[in-house]
Amino acid sequence: MEKAIKRYFPIFALPTLVAFTIGFIIPFLMGVYLSFCSFTTVVNTKFVGLANYRAAFSDAGFLHALGFTVLFTIVTVLLINLLAFLVAMLLTRKIQGTNLFRTVFFMPNLIGGIVLGYIWQQILNGILSYFDRTLTYSATYGFWGLVILMCWQQIGYMMIIYIAGIQNIPGDVVEAAKIDGAGRWQLLKNVTIPMVMPSITICTFLTLTNSFKLFDQNLSLTAGAPSNNTEMLALNIYNTFYGRVGWEGVGQAKAVLFFLMVTVIALIQLTATRRKEVQQ
Amino acid sequence: MKKRKQLAALGLSLVTAVSVLAGCGGSTPTETKAPAEGAAPAGTEAAKPASGDGEVYFLNFKPETATIWEDVMKTFTQETGIPATVMTAASGTYEQTLKSEVAKTKAPTLFQINGPVGYQSWKDYCLDLKDSKMYELLSDKSLAITDGDGVYGIPYAIEGYGIIANKRIIADYCALDGAKVASIDEINSFAKLKEVAEDMQARKEELGIEGAFASTSFAPGEDWRWQTHLANLPLYYEYKDKGVTDAEELDGTYLPNYKEIFDLYINNSCTKPSLLSSVTVEDSMAEFALEEAVFVQNGDWGWGQILNNNPDMSADDVQFLPIYIGVAGEEKQGVCAGTENYWCINQQVSEANQEATLQFVEWLLTSDSGKDYMVKEMALTAPFTSFGEGETPENPLAKSILDHAAAGRTSVSWAFITMPNQVFKNNLGSALLEYAQGTGDWDGVTKAFVEGWKTEKANPTPE
Repeated sequence: MEKAIKRYFPIFALPTLVAFTIGFIIPFLMGVYLSFCSFTTVVNTKFVGLANYRAAFSDAGFLHALGFTVLFTIVTVLLINLLAFLVAMLLTRKIQGTNLFRTVFFMPNLIGGIVLGYIWQQILNGILSYFDRTLTYSATYGFWGLVILMCWQQIGYMMIIYIAGIQNIPGDVVEAAKIDGAGRWQLLKNVTIPMVMPSITICTFLTLTNSFKLFDQNLSLTAGAPSNNTEMLALNIYNTFYGRVGWEGVGQAKAVLFFLMVTVIALIQLTATRRKEVQQ
Repeated sequence: MKKRKQLAALGLSLVTAVSVLAGCGGSTPTETKAPAEGAAPAGTEAAKPASGDGEVYFLNFKPETATIWEDVMKTFTQETGIPATVMTAASGTYEQTLKSEVAKTKAPTLFQINGPVGYQSWKDYCLDLKDSKMYELLSDKSLAITDGDGVYGIPYAIEGYGIIANKRIIADYCALDGAKVASIDEINSFAKLKEVAEDMQARKEELGIEGAFASTSFAPGEDWRWQTHLANLPLYYEYKDKGVTDAEELDGTYLPNYKEIFDLYINNSCTKPSLLSSVTVEDSMAEFALEEAVFVQNGDWGWGQILNNNPDMSADDVQFLPIYIGVAGEEKQGVCAGTENYWCINQQVSEANQEATLQFVEWLLTSDSGKDYMVKEMALTAPFTSFGEGETPENPLAKSILDHAAAGRTSVSWAFITMPNQVFKNNLGSALLEYAQGTGDWDGVTKAFVEGWKTEKANPTPE
C-alpha cells in the first residue's frame, strides 16, 4: 500500500504541483524580483535596488491605509467571531427551521465582493439620504459601512465552522459537566469554548486575513473616498501601481511588504490560538 | 443513511465550487471586458484569402461603443479574411488593461493613448506612422502626436464638450414674465448664464424642472467632468496668458473663475451638495434627458446616452453653450474641442500583424462599410480627408460644435491632455468633492491644483 502510494505520487500530485508552480510560485518570485525594479510592463524591467522600498515607506497614504486597515481588522475580527459564535450557539439548539436559518445565513457568502459592495452602497446611501449624507461623506461612514458589509458577508461562513465545532463536542462531556452541577455560563466557559478552540483558530485566521487583504468590497463600496481616507492596504497598492507612470515598482514593493505583514500576523495568531487548543 | 452522506458530500462540493467561482468573479473586479470575438464567423471561407498571416487586435477605450466594434471586426474579417478581434476596457481602466494586455504574447496590435502624457509611457510601443496611409489622410497634420521626425499617434475622432442646453425649456423660460433673457442666444457670458440659471432654479416649479443644472456627479470614478473637463478652462486661460502649451508649474490665476462656475453648478442643481458623492454621470445625463434639468456639462458623445434615456428627445432641442467662466472677451469663446483618442500601432508585434493592422485602419477610413461604422454607428467626427461633405455624424451636438465655429467663436483647446497623471486628477476630484459637500474648503482645491500639479509633474520616480 505504502509502496503503491509512493509509486503513484507523481501522477496524483504532479498536476497540482504544476498548477501551483505556474499559478503561484513563479508569479510570486517574479513579484519579489519586480519590487526591486522600475518597469511599465512585466517583460521590460530595470533593476533599481531598494529605491521602491524607500518610496513606499515615505508615502503618507500607505501609512494611513495601514492604520485604517489595522483598525478595521480589529473591529471586524471581534465582531464577526462573536456574532458568528452566537448564531452558531442558537442554531445548534433544537429550534424549528434550523436548517433554513443556516442556509439563509450562509448565502451572503456566495455573492461576489464587488456585487455586495454595490448592493450595500445602494442600501446605505438610501438610508443615509434621509439625513442628507452619503457613504463617502466622511471616512467614519465608510468605515462602518465596510464593517457592516463584512459582517453580513462573513458571519454565515464562520457560523458554519462554529456549528461543526459545537456539534463535535462529545455528548458525554457535556452530560458529565451537567451532572457535576455546572451552570450555563460554566458550561460555556469550561467546556464549549475549550472544545471548539480549533474552530476559533480557523475562524480568527480566516477573518484576520480576509479583513487585512480586503479589496473588492473596499473598491466597490467607497473606492477610498473621500480623499483616500477609506483606502485600505490592498487598494492603496493597486492605486500606487496604476496612478503614476514609473511607480509600478513602488506598488510592487508595497505588495511584498503587505505579504510579509499578513504572514507574520497570521503566524502569530495561529501559534497564540493553537496553544489554547485541548485534546479531546 | 449512505445516500444522505453522498448527498451531503455533493452539496458540500457544490458549495466549494460555487464559492471558488464567486471568488474568481470578485477578484477581477474592474475588468468587465466585453468578450473578445473569438473564431471568425462561419462563411469566412468564402471571403478573400488573407494577405499574409497577420491578425488585428484592438483594445478599445470607449465602453459605449463596445458592441459596435465587435460588429466592425466581424465585417472586416468577412470582407478581407483577416482575423480581427476587439476587447473593451471597462470605464476608467484603460491604462491598467493595456498594461496587462501588452505583456501577453497576443498583445493588442492597435491601441490608443490619450495624448502627449500617454505617449511618454507608451513610446517604446508606438510604431512610426510617418509613411502610413492614415497619416496621409489626416486632414490637419498638426493634430498628430509627433516626436522628432516620427509620427506616433493619430487622432481618429474630434470631440467637443460644453454645457448641453435644452432649448425647449429655455424657450419656455423666455416666455415667462420677468425672464432675464429673451432667447438662448443672449446667454453669451458667465454673468448672463448665472442670472438665468439662478432665476430658473428659483422658478423651477413654474418650469416643471428639478433644477437648472443636472447633478454634479461625484460617485467614485464619476468626477472626470469636473477634475478634467471643467478644470481645462482655468488651465487653458493660464496657458493662453503665458503663451505656452505645457508647464511645470502653475499659478492658478483663473481658479477663482473655476470656483464661480463650480459654485453655480452645485448650488443650482437637482441634488443637494451633501448627496453628490452618490451621483453618477449616467444619473445626471438621465436627469437632462428626462427634462428634469436644463443644463448638463458633457460632450457630444453624450447624445447617445440622452437618446437611451429618452428616445423622444428631439435633435432640434439640444445645443451646446460654451462653458463661460467670466473671462474678459468670452463672448467669442466657443466649445472645448479636441481629442484624447489617438490610435497607435504596437511596434512590438510581428510585422505581419502590423501590416494587417495598417490595412484594418485604412479599411475603416476608406471603405464604404468602414466609414459607415465610423460616422453612422459610432457617430465620430473623423478628421480625415477621406470623409466627404455629407459624411458627418447625425449628432445634433456634433453639429452644434461646428455651428459655434462657424459663428466665429474660438474653440477652447483640450489643455487637460497635459495634466500630469491620474493621481493629480483624483486628488483634485477629491478636493472638489470635499469642498462641495462642505467637509473641506476651497483652499484644498487650490492646493490640489497648484501644488498637486507641481509635485506630479516633477513625478519623483524612485531611482
